[in-house]
This record gives sequence, structure tokens and C-alpha cells, in this order.
Amino acid sequence: MRQKAALREGDVRIPSGCAIAGIMDRSGARHDGSDILKSIALMHDRSNGLGGGFAAYGIYPEFAELYAFHIMYEGKDARDRTEAYLDEHFASEKQERIPVEPTRGIQDPPDIWRYFLAPHPVRLAMSGLDEAEYTMQHVFRINADIPGAFVASSGKNMGAFKGVGYPEDIGAFYRIEDYRAWLWTAHGRFPTNTPGWWGGAHPFTLLNWSIVHNGEISSYDANRRYVEQFGYECALKTDTEVITYLFDLLARRHGLSQRMAAHIMCASAWDEIDKMDPDEAAFETALRCVYASALVNGPMSVILGSDEGLLALNDRLKLRALMAGEKGSMVYLASEQAAIEVVCPDVENVRSLEGGEPFVVRLEKEA
Amino acid sequence: MMGKRVSVTLGTEHFTEANETVRDALLRADTVVVREAFAQRYLGCAMPTGKTLEIHGVPGNDLACYLDGGRIEVFGNAQDQVGNTMDGGCIVVHGRCGDAAGYGMRGGQIFVRDGCGWRVGIHMKQFEDKRPAIVIGGDAGSFLGEYLAGGVIVLLGKPGRHLATGMHGGVIYLKHRIADDEVSEGLVQEPVDEADRALIRSLLERYNGFFAADLGAPVDATGEGFFRLRPATARPYASMYAN
Repeated sequence: MRQKAALREGDVRIPSGCAIAGIMDRSGARHDGSDILKSIALMHDRSNGLGGGFAAYGIYPEFAELYAFHIMYEGKDARDRTEAYLDEHFASEKQERIPVEPTRGIQDPPDIWRYFLAPHPVRLAMSGLDEAEYTMQHVFRINADIPGAFVASSGKNMGAFKGVGYPEDIGAFYRIEDYRAWLWTAHGRFPTNTPGWWGGAHPFTLLNWSIVHNGEISSYDANRRYVEQFGYECALKTDTEVITYLFDLLARRHGLSQRMAAHIMCASAWDEIDKMDPDEAAFETALRCVYASALVNGPMSVILGSDEGLLALNDRLKLRALMAGEKGSMVYLASEQAAIEVVCPDVENVRSLEGGEPFVVRLEKEA
Repeated sequence: MMGKRVSVTLGTEHFTEANETVRDALLRADTVVVREAFAQRYLGCAMPTGKTLEIHGVPGNDLACYLDGGRIEVFGNAQDQVGNTMDGGCIVVHGRCGDAAGYGMRGGQIFVRDGCGWRVGIHMKQFEDKRPAIVIGGDAGSFLGEYLAGGVIVLLGKPGRHLATGMHGGVIYLKHRIADDEVSEGLVQEPVDEADRALIRSLLERYNGFFAADLGAPVDATGEGFFRLRPATARPYASMYAN
């Protein structure tokens, strides 16, 4: 009997929406995953069981200088090939299976491992690349060239925990309450253009970046063509992937601030520019011309996590909801206000984020 | 049952069961006090005349959708799409509300003590004696009254950008005049007249009845100093269609 091939990105379209949430302690104090789990679970009906996940920053302080690779394997052969590849290009300080808990609702999980890696010094020197670029190139190679292997995250002192299922089940599966982080983000997926599979769940990550995203980017193809000119391989064909690469290109490679990168993606409208004073108008016009293909259109709300903190962004027309609130050093974000109040009943300064205006929260000092 | 009140506590119960609980309580009482609401959607959906929900917590999206004459009071903030396509009744929010409140509403009134999100009053419409109204006590997000086809919006705070884009009916009363270049094409901004002031007065007196105690004082309900935003013609898009 012919086995039916599993559907992947680009094979099917499913119309719908998602949930996102973020909790950050600006002081750098770390908290376990129970609050983010509670927050995203409250928005259960914004996802459909085809994807859930979490990104956590500050969870591996004992290996803070090493790249923490979370890798999903669909079979032993994929793991053997990947580990041989890693041995060739990196020095591994430690490797182990990520502890998971059998959870109702989570079916056919891949074999999930983590590796704490330093780039192989000789190969790094020979590559002529800096450490981050070197690491990124090898993440692309693994994902593109080793069937059945997928790098879920590759940053330092952070990790992504994601898969197919409702987010609260994915959180239980990965035992995220056992981890302590200063920034948590979460996603409940309701795939719009792509089927749910473990690698395609959010957060999408690259190096220290992670993105959770609610929406649909209508400018996807223009953005994809643009980032591919710079060597990014859009293997997943998702808008979340392309947003991540845009941030990496603009912030890491071009050295712009995260806020400026977000501003380029949600650039001022031409009628707004027409009303600006000449200097400001000239600057905004230059941004729009130089980075025309980095303009992101379509309904979206995203939370970008990084080692600097978080950045949240709504599309310019604000076609998706995203609420923010604060309490002391804590900052909360969620698609729905109740998902903030369920973990912080006395939250202050609750407001919705404006369209196209980046909301940036920087880490003061990691504890 | 006349005048009877019962309480239900929702906590984080799923919206399906939560609404069953509330509907069951409404069969037994005229007023149902909902405690610890957390994001349950559709509370008060299609609730008829004579029924009241008093909600404590944060009710979920589409609160009071298709409301059919009932009364809903929220002691806290509300989320998105409050009063979606409501046909009649009254919604009172002792806090702020999210995006698209009054989406396509065709009757009844919504009073929000504080500000509101984007696209509030989108596609609101009126027919014969049904003239819906929304009163917002604070600032409004962008696209307030987008595609407005009928009804009344009173805004005490400041509007966001793209006010009343595509508006082709109804009226928006503004406490704060907007710059001429912010007035969308096909619309007119002008001082209110006595008939407008009477309408504003009736709505703001109701607003004060709900919120003066929360605010510590009533707002000025005379309607003096307001501006009216309306379509410049009765058929602003007539030229788009064949005669």
C-alpha cells in the first residue's frame, strides 16, 4: 500500500488566526514557565491544535557562551548524519535528549535533542565568517540537506520548545515549568497557509532571534525574494520565517537598531511623509527607497525575542490585536487582555499597541 | 422570577460551558451577576429585552453580539468586537474596550467610560426608528467610524488617524476639532446646532448616569463646543455607480 506523504508548507491552505503572548522581567530575574503557560492556555480557542510553542531566554546560564541547538529528528539516520555534521564543524560541550513528558494530545513527537556547541576554531577561521554568520550557515545546511532533521533553535542561553498540539499540551510535554527564564514568549497556532508540523510550529528562531506571529503577510513573496538575495534560505515558506530573516538582516548584519528595523518593516505611509518637515521626509523617503522590499504588509502582530529583550509590532493598519500591561519590572503582552490579567490581576497601564509603532522593552541586566 | 438575581462564577471555564451556565442562569433570573470572567467569548449573545448581565472581570471577544434588547454592564475592561451586530439594548463598560466595538450594530447603545481601540463603530448603520449610538469617554484608536453608514458616535477624547474613512452616513460628534487636512475626503466638519446639542445632551446625561460616580464628577453634558462630522452629500458614492 502506498503511504500517504505528510503535508508540509505550501501543500495546503487553511484560513484562520493565532494567539501570542510574552512575559518579560526587565530586571533579568528569571521565572519558571507556569505563567506563560497559563496565559497562552487561556487563549486556547485562537489555535486549533496544529501548533504551539515557547521561546525562553536565560534558561542555560551554565552554558551561556555556547550555542544551544535544539534539534528535532524524525529518525535515527537523521540524528547520526546531523551529529556527524556537528562533530565536523563544532565542538560539543554537552549533548542530551531534551526531557519530555508523555502528554495526552501530543502524538508522534520527533526525537528531540539539545547540543551546547562552540564553532570549530580552525574551520571558523578558515571560513572567513564571524561566529554568528558561521553558525547560521550551518543551521541552514542542516535544515536543507539532512532529511528528517530540523534545528528548532540555535541561540545562546535560550531555546525554543515547540511542536504540533495545543500550546498548553506542548508546554506540559516539554515540562517548561522546569525552566527559568527572564523572557518567555508563546504561540498558539492556527495555521493559515501551511499544515501543522513540528518544525513549522512557532516560535521560529535563528541564532538569538525568536518570533511568534499572529497574522498573514501578504508581502511574503517580495520579502522572500529580498532576503534570499542575502543568502537566507526560506525553507519553511512561512511568513514567520521571512520576518525573522528580515530582523536578522537589518539588525545583525546591517547594524540597525531593532526599533529601526521594525520601522523599516512598517515604514511611514507616503501621505504621512508628505506632511513631514524636509529633513525628516528625506530620511523617511530614503528608508522607503533603500528598503522597499523589506516593507511588510498584511495583518500581523509579532513578538520578537532576543538577548536584548523584546519587541512587539502590529501592522500599520492594526489588523490584529495585541495588548500590553506592566507591573513593576514585569511586562506582559497577549492577544487578549484577559490572558494578561489571568497571571497578573493587578496589572497596570493596560493598553493596546498602536499600528506600526514598535513597542520595545530592553533587558536592564541579566540576573 | 421578576427582579430575581443570581450569580455565576466562570473563572477560566471554556466559553462553551460558560455560556451554557449563563444562559441557564438567565432562564431562572432577570439579572445574572457574572464573576471572574476571563476571556469567555459571546457572553450575552442575542440576550433579549428584560434580561441583564453584570460582568466582573474581563469578558471575551464578541461580548453581547446580536444583543436583542438586553442590558450588559461590565465592571472592568472589555476586549474586541463588543456589541458585534447588536440590534437593540444597552452595553455599559466601566473601563476601556478593544477594537471594533459596535461592529455593524444597527440598534441600541454602547457607553464606554474610557478609551477604545481601533475601528470602533465600523459599518454601523441605521434604519427607520433604529438609530444606534456609541459614546466613548476617552481617546479612540484609528479608523473610528470606518465605513459608517448610520447612527451616532460621540467622542469625548481625541480620535486617532484615518477618522471616519469611507463614512457615508450617520454622524460623529467630536469634543476636539480635528485639523482640516485630517478630515477625510467627502466629509464635512462643522459646529453643532441646537438639534445636535439636544442629541448629545441626551447621550451624555446617560453617560453621566453610568459613570459620574466612577469619574468623581459628571462631564459637561450641554453639547457646547462640539463639532459634527458628516458626509458632505446624502449619496457620497453615487458617482461610482451607473445611473
